[in-house]
Amino acid sequence: MSIHGAIITGIGIMFLFLGNLGILRLPDVYNRVQAGTKCTTLGAFLTIIGVGIMQPGWFWKTLIIAVFILVTNPISSHAIARASLKAKVSLCDRSVVDKTEEFERYREKV
Amino acid sequence: MNTIVIIFLAVIGAGILLGVLRMLIGPTSSDRAVAVDTITTTVVALLVLLGFIFQRYVYLDVSLVYSVLSFVGLVALARFLERGI
Amino acid sequence: MIFVVSFLVIMMLTAAIAASIFKDLMNAVIASCLVSLIASILFYLLQAPDVAMAEAAIGAALATAIFVIAIRRTKRYEE
Repeated sequence: MSIHGAIITGIGIMFLFLGNLGILRLPDVYNRVQAGTKCTTLGAFLTIIGVGIMQPGWFWKTLIIAVFILVTNPISSHAIARASLKAKVSLCDRSVVDKTEEFERYREKV
Repeated sequence: MNTIVIIFLAVIGAGILLGVLRMLIGPTSSDRAVAVDTITTTVVALLVLLGFIFQRYVYLDVSLVYSVLSFVGLVALARFLERGI
Repeated sequence: MIFVVSFLVIMMLTAAIAASIFKDLMNAVIASCLVSLIASILFYLLQAPDVAMAEAAIGAALATAIFVIAIRRTKRYEE
């Protein structure tokens, strides 16, 4: 049972490292939000569940922590992304398409 | 078992170092807020792993309290970044 | 053990110096949030989980929220 937990924890830690590498390497705020929230949510979930499998008496408490991270982390990332869109942080110069003005006009018309 | 734990701690430490670098050099305030959000989630996973290394059941409470309260702080920060400049 | 603690202390000092030299006060608030986060890990490593819980509650949520409200009432940039 212990080796399965160690493998799951190792996969989760690899995802945590990749999320932080994406924070450093990507060129734009919105790309950084995407890399940070997706990789880090999956990585923290797998790490905490792996600890719960390695130590079987702790499983329910680690499951509570993991489900709480799975609920709250996308909400805070979405709040930061929406705030940076309202504060008019510009996209990077290699971006292809931006449809926020068109969406604003559509929402005013409807 | 001991070697695997040392490798895990080294990889998580390298990740936190990359996040701190982005917090130092980020051009706008939103970059820094995103970096602190990512580091917070990484640290919650690190605290659970350290509780497993020390073999204490009580230490899991710290990570639960931290994940609740950092959410409140980051939402307050995001509300300010949305309203005013 | 000593390598882990020295690594964390170096990152904490870097964030504290950055919090004191930023001109935009919002960035200083974010950097002080990071200082409180690493201080919580140090209390945790020194076998004091109750102090770490108090540091997390005060430093992560209350100090950040109160500083944000204070900056909203006054001005954002330092001359």
